Formats: sequence, structure tokens, C-alpha cells
Amino acid sequence: MSKVLVIAEHDGAALNPSTAKCVACATTIDGAKIDIVVLGASVSGVASEAAGISPVARVLTVERAENEHAIAAVFAPQVAALADDYDYVFGPSTAFGKDLMPRVAALLGVNQVSDIMSVEGSHKFKRPIYAGNAIVTVEAPGDSKVVATVRTASYQAADGGNSAPIESTDVNVELPTHTRFVELQAGQSDRPDLQTASKVVSGGRALASEENFEMIFKLADTIGAGVGSSRAAVDAGYIAPETQVGQTGQIIAPDLYIAIGISGAIQHLTGIKDAGTIVAINKDEEAPIFEVADIGLVGDLFQIVPELTDALS
Amino acid sequence: MDKILVGLKRVVDYNVRVQVKSDGSGVETDGVKMSINPFDEIALEEALRIRERGDASEVIVVSIGTAEAQQQLRTGLAMGADRAILVETSDAIDALSGARVFKEIVDREGADMVILGKQAIDDDNSQTGQMLAAIWGRPQATFASEVVLDGDKAKVTREVDVGLETIEIDLPAVITVDLRLNEPRYVKLPDIMKAKKKPLDQIPLGDLGVTPGPAVNAVEFAPPEARQRGITVDDVAGLVSALKDKGLV
Ligand SMILES: Cc1cc2nc3c(=O)[nH]c(=O)nc-3n(C[C@H](O)[C@H](O)[C@H](O)COP(=O)(O)OP(=O)(O)OC[C@H]3O[C@@H](n4cnc5c(N)ncnc54)[C@H](O)[C@@H]3O)c2cc1C
Ligand SMILES: Nc1ncnc2c1ncn2[C@@H]1O[C@H](COP(=O)(O)O)[C@@H](O)[C@H]1O
Repeated sequence: MSKVLVIAEHDGAALNPSTAKCVACATTIDGAKIDIVVLGASVSGVASEAAGISPVARVLTVERAENEHAIAAVFAPQVAALADDYDYVFGPSTAFGKDLMPRVAALLGVNQVSDIMSVEGSHKFKRPIYAGNAIVTVEAPGDSKVVATVRTASYQAADGGNSAPIESTDVNVELPTHTRFVELQAGQSDRPDLQTASKVVSGGRALASEENFEMIFKLADTIGAGVGSSRAAVDAGYIAPETQVGQTGQIIAPDLYIAIGISGAIQHLTGIKDAGTIVAINKDEEAPIFEVADIGLVGDLFQIVPELTDALS
Repeated sequence: MDKILVGLKRVVDYNVRVQVKSDGSGVETDGVKMSINPFDEIALEEALRIRERGDASEVIVVSIGTAEAQQQLRTGLAMGADRAILVETSDAIDALSGARVFKEIVDREGADMVILGKQAIDDDNSQTGQMLAAIWGRPQATFASEVVLDGDKAKVTREVDVGLETIEIDLPAVITVDLRLNEPRYVKLPDIMKAKKKPLDQIPLGDLGVTPGPAVNAVEFAPPEARQRGITVDDVAGLVSALKDKGLV
């Protein structure tokens, strides 16, 4: 049997969908028995959500005041202690998991397998490197624990319908006080979250101003889409950083991705390679985005986008 | 603060379209342009600004790699670093061993801060800084987009998935930087000349007492599944009907 511990990602109120994706990855390990651990200050709601994921065997909760915010230096020693009983420790390759899991791996004296796209054997995995320009099959040492992050865009969330037992545990480790949470400025948006949105409309540098980005919001709202962006648009201050899609932004897999005024740099494309249908609107017919687009429309976005929004209203 | 260490990894330049070798043994690096990992330039820029504000006295750039990484270290010196250390090894080094190397240099130098990139754009690991912080038992502030020093503390704003998180850390600490922290300066010709005279120490990896591994080994490399170019439509009406055909709107 292979015992897998999945570290839940949550904001205190709700479980992040990345957790069910980690579970989906874990189910592809032969003979996996999967537990989820939820660390937090008060997590009963999140824990019952986690208990619903199939085929989770058990949900562990570690509740203490210090766990109110996900500080990697505080979580890592607790996860490392819990890892004693497991062969695999998985977290999502989101900002949360990327921050925490390498710290856990180092405490356990192993390297981490970053961004698992597929499980190829008990210790063999595929993962992207060079911004997705190459896929490498890696093998972790057979005699040590596997600490990994799961590339969430490669997996569909595991099904619900389960009611796994929830057990509260104590982890007796000393926690550091050298790292303190100050504040979180979350982007205020009623639009679908990029990670779970079935449709995403993204704007690039060509939008040329913050005001013009309204056009992207309007189209997105018309079709119930989330809003993404390129790095150039974010750097220019047209839109908030958390909307950036790509190698260093969000890696997403919506059914429909509409790229507007985005050239299609490799660093951007790596964020959308798992999208269902890619639509590109760009005035330059040579733009690299067209090489990967399922539907391309060459033209001026300032004319096309309002027209498209009208047509879809 | 006395010393800041900055990691400079030599990687394939970000503009290169990386190709997998036909025998699957690796990626083509022969005759390919090599550069400083873009995040590491940002890390160095931040360290230089801290020193220029008078909040640190020395910036030391560190690279682990082959003798060729001297090029990137010289560029770092030309940007304004005071000293360079090359930890020489002919083999690729795993992240945990890399972190151990940095820890060893932290101890030797008595560094107060280590600034690294949030990820190396070749292995895309995003591990080294977090691992260094773990084995050092110190704070980590990853994916930083703003660093504000305040005596023996720092407030760091981090780019997270829902927005911006601010944490306060005690020094010494490890910071890993995101793209929007700053814009690295350009190197000027006279600085390149000056950099030739700055000290660059070469230390064989073995002399640091770090034995690499247990590594996650690469078994095989393959190109990604290519997406095919699809159809081109002439106008908005064509686009709408293509989307309707696919049941997407
Ligand atoms: C280490 C590193 C990491 C990076 N990570 C990311 C990342 O995560 N995500 C990311 O997006 N980028 C990333 N980048 C940046 C990336 O290389 C590109 O610079 C960026 O994606 C370009 O953004 P853009 O397509 O909006 O701008 P541009 O490349 O300037 O493209 C603008 C496009 O708009 C078109 N256009 C102009 N006017 C109009 C009009 N009126 N109508 C229609 N089309 C028009 C142009 O033809 C052009 O194709 C990274 C770079 C580095 C070095
Ligand atoms: N061989 C190396 N030489 C110098 N710095 C490195 C090396 N490997 C990793 N680093 C530093 O660690 C950061 C993260 O690398 P990685 O964990 O490989 O994604 C890089 O941006 C560098 O700052």
C-alpha cells in the first residue's frame, strides 16, 4: 500500500479546488490510500468539504491559533512531523504549495518533484521544464519519501460524494515566531476564479490602458468568463498581477480561452497549453499566438471586441 | 546589515526556443545563448538598491556550476556586486544540494540576507530558496514584489494567487523575488572593465563538504504535445458561429 498525505489549501472558509486535483493525481499511484490534512485555526467547515472528496480515507485536522494564516515556516515542521506515517506528501503547485512544499521536503532531507503532470510509476513522474518546452520523466529515489507539487491544470478535480472520517490531531513541534502575517489584499472580483473558470478572456499589452481593459471585462461578463492577462499588461499597470497567465503567473485549463492583443510569447503559452479551445484576436497575422489558436481572427481588437460583445449579448 | 548573498544561475536565455535532443537525452544547449536567470537579475538589483541606500555594506554574487558561469558572475560584478563566488562543479546540482551550498556560504560569510530568484527558468523547480530557509531555520519570503527593510526586520509583499500578501520577517532571512519587484539596471561599458578587477573566488564543490543527492533524476526528455494551428475566421460573425458549433457560447 502507498500512503499519500495531501495538504489541503484553503482560506479558512472554503477548500481550494486545488486540493481535489491533488487527490486526483494521488489516485493514479498504485494502491494509494489517501489522507488529507487541514491545518488552520478553526477548520471544521473546510474539513467536512475535504471529507467529501472521493476516495479520501481520512481527513486529519490540526487546529491551533498559529495556523490561522498559511505561513510556510509555521506549517512546514508540522507537515514534516505528520509525514512520518506516509510514503508521499502532495501539495498543489499554486503559490501556497510552491511556498510550503520545498520547505517540507528540505526538513525531510529530500528533493521535491515539482509540477507533476502524470504519474508513470511508483517513483516516476512527468513534469514540464523550460516553460513547458520540454517534458521530462524524473525518478525519485525509491527508498525515500516523495514530496511533490501537483500541476493542477493537468488534473480534473476528484469526485465528491464521500464522507471520510475526520480526526483531530496534535502535532507536538515547536513553531517559529520569526515570520508574521500582516495582511492580504485580495483582488475584489465577482468574476469566476481563473483556476476553475470554464471560460477565460485575457487581454495583453495592446489594450494600451487601464480604461480600455473595461472592454475585456465587458466581454468576459457577457459570457460569464474569468479575466486573465499577459505579463506586459500587468507590468504596464492595466490590470492586477493575480490575473497574469503563464510561466510565472497562473497555469490554467479552461474550456475556452480568448487571447486578445496578446502576441503569444512562450512564457504566456505555457499557461494555456491545456485549454480546450484557444481563440486569438490579433492584428498581426504573424503573431505566434495563431500557431496554437484553434480559432484565429486577424484584426483590430478595438473594433472586434465591442462587436463580439454585442453579438454575444 | 552587513552582507547580502545573491544567487546567479547560468541558464539558457529566455528568448531561446529550447529544443529537446532527438535521442531524448536532454535539451540542446550547444551554441545556445546563455544568460543570468532573469529572476536572479532582479534579485541582484534589489540587493544593490539596499546597499546603495546604505542598508547593507556588501553584495556577494554566488553561482554553482561550471567554469563558464564566470561570465554570468562577471556580469553581476559589472552590475555592481562587490565580489563573486563560483562553486565549481561539472554536474548539474539538485535543489537540496544547492540549498546546502548556499547554507555553507552563509555560514562562512556570516550573511544576513540571501536573495534568490523565485525559480530558475531551466528546471522551473522553485525550491532552492525555501529549502535554504528550512535548513537554516530562518524566515522565507517567497515571490516578493516589494521589500521594505526596518532595522532587523523586513516587510515583504508577496504575489500570491488571490492578490498580494504582506508578511513581516526577522533577519537573517531568505527572499525569493518575482518579476515585478524592480527593473534591473543595464550594464555600462566602463563597469564591465571595472568588473574585471573585482574578486571572483572559485571553490570546488567538494571543498564545501556538500555531497549532492539523493537527487530526483531525469530519465528521459520529450518535446511537449504540440497544439495544432486551427481555423481562421474572417469576421466576428464567423467567430460567433465557430464558437456556437463547438457549443462554447
Ligand atoms: C522569466 C520570464 C517570465 C515571464 N512570464 C510570463 C508570464 O507568466 N506570462 C506572460 O504573459 N508573459 C510572461 N513573460 C513575458 C513574455 O515574454 C512577453 O513579454 C509577454 O507575454 C508579452 O505580452 P503581450 O503579448 O501582451 O505583449 P506584446 O508581445 O507586446 O504583444 C502585443 C500584441 O498585441 C497585438 N496588437 C497590438 N495592437 C493591436 C490591436 N489594436 N488589435 C489587435 N491586436 C493588437 C500585437 O500584434 C502583438 O501581437 C515572461 C518573461 C520572462 C523573461
Ligand atoms: N546553480 C545555481 N547557481 C546559483 N544560484 C542558483 C543555482 N540554482 C538555483 N539558484 C538560485 O535559486 C533560485 C531558484 O532556483 P530553482 O529552485 O532551481 O528554481 C534561482 O533563481 C537562483 O537564484
